Amino acid sequence: MEPLQPVSPGARVVLGAGFFVVFIAAWGLATYGGWVPPLFLASPGKTLVAGWSLLTEFNFAGDIAITIWRVVGGFLIAALMAVPLGLLMGAFKPIEAFFEPFFSFARYLPASAFIPLLILWAGVGEAQKLSVIVIGSVFQLVIMVTGIAGATRLDLVEAARTLGSRRIAILRRVVIPAAAPQIAETLRLVLGWAWTYVIVAELIGATSGIGHMIMDSQRLLDTGQMIFGIAVIGIIGLVTDLLFKALNRRLFPWAVI
Amino acid sequence: MSAKTLRVEGVTRTFPGRGRTAPTLALQPTTVSAAPGEFVAILGPSGCGKSTLLRIVAGLDQPTAGQVLLDAAPVTGPGPDRGMVFQSYTLFPWLTVAQNIRYGLAERGLPEAQQAEIAGRFIARTGLRGFEEHWPKQLSGGMQQRCALARALANDPEILLLDEPFGALDHQTRELMQELLLEIWEADRKTVLFVTHDIDEAIFLSNRVLVMSARPGRIKAEVAVPLPYPRDWTVKTTPEFAALKARLMGEIREEVRKSIAAV
Repeated sequence: MEPLQPVSPGARVVLGAGFFVVFIAAWGLATYGGWVPPLFLASPGKTLVAGWSLLTEFNFAGDIAITIWRVVGGFLIAALMAVPLGLLMGAFKPIEAFFEPFFSFARYLPASAFIPLLILWAGVGEAQKLSVIVIGSVFQLVIMVTGIAGATRLDLVEAARTLGSRRIAILRRVVIPAAAPQIAETLRLVLGWAWTYVIVAELIGATSGIGHMIMDSQRLLDTGQMIFGIAVIGIIGLVTDLLFKALNRRLFPWAVI
Repeated sequence: MSAKTLRVEGVTRTFPGRGRTAPTLALQPTTVSAAPGEFVAILGPSGCGKSTLLRIVAGLDQPTAGQVLLDAAPVTGPGPDRGMVFQSYTLFPWLTVAQNIRYGLAERGLPEAQQAEIAGRFIARTGLRGFEEHWPKQLSGGMQQRCALARALANDPEILLLDEPFGALDHQTRELMQELLLEIWEADRKTVLFVTHDIDEAIFLSNRVLVMSARPGRIKAEVAVPLPYPRDWTVKTTPEFAALKARLMGEIREEVRKSIAAV
């Protein structure tokens, strides 16, 4: 092991899977070994059994589907608002000067603190769930996209100008393609945050979804179901992450090292 | 497009100071002209303002005083009539070689077939056949600069501005690139303004060498290069070349010494 020396692809997979094994083994040791009372932490086996019953008896798949729908919906609304605005702000400094101070303020507003207000405004329906995700991601996303677009290599912009490009053409033909891979990377990151917001939204005033199921399980002190719900979120996150990465590699072959 | 006369009239450039630092005078009043089809080299030590001068001609920088004229029309901003090749690699990384070369043609809205025909011609002339579909990162430095040259030429500019385009290349590649550029220029006779700090390069390529002083830059000497075209590498071994080189070395050494002392 030397600093910054690459690891072979095979070893990477083995090492990555290895920690999952270590983690589950430690969990098993703590629960089966009697170190932690079952009331506080279900064993891996009990968690799987709880999960099976959730899926077969309590239509947990429906909860998963509704939560995914909320995450994707809120995320898409946030992205559709934030990416164009961020690109304009990054490319045109007066637009940035106009919006940036407000967004820098707004991005510190915790989305979860809006939940009571949003329930007042939008009730406990889907609009409220989506709003929490949008509020949680849109300001951060605008600021990050602005930064990416604003960091477009100036020499490329200048080259485009000597080749005859003007304002909108430079935005369309230089700033957007140059920023695209990093924006995609940022969207991947923000999708992860959307998952934390949706669960928070579902903990309060929801009648369906993974977060609602976790809340219900707490009343029954069923730690197996709670852990299964949390693990499902992790697995969905991991899968979307891998899909996003693969998509980015396909979309931006020129950016792959 | 026919070549046009370039006139740089009394151009100066002062960079404003920041905070407590005083403004920097980068360019003293400078007057330069280039006749249609002339190859003019601007030779100077690093930091003398020669790139600033070229950027002003390109319209990427504004002069503090003076003006740049192309025939009678003043230059107010960058435009496709003045093609530029930069020292840094400025190919668009998300476009293939062929797409890079077609960039300016697409901007002008030429039909696809015409774009492909023109790009194909310059791909051939710059020796990039077989690399049309490569990404810039897959090319060597010399190939990237050949592609950048093809991209600038494909736009059929009236004047070609070259800002140390071979400065980042190794010596052997640079010499081959000089020959390629000369071959293209001898065929097209575009007006060329070529900025360099390499004396051999300036003599080998140009009709006329303008020597710039250390910062703040001004044109301190003008040396005609009466070597006949077409030139090839053997010209570098002739006594005439050596005499010109000796003269320019004398001029430039003094300036380099000044610029080192100024640091």
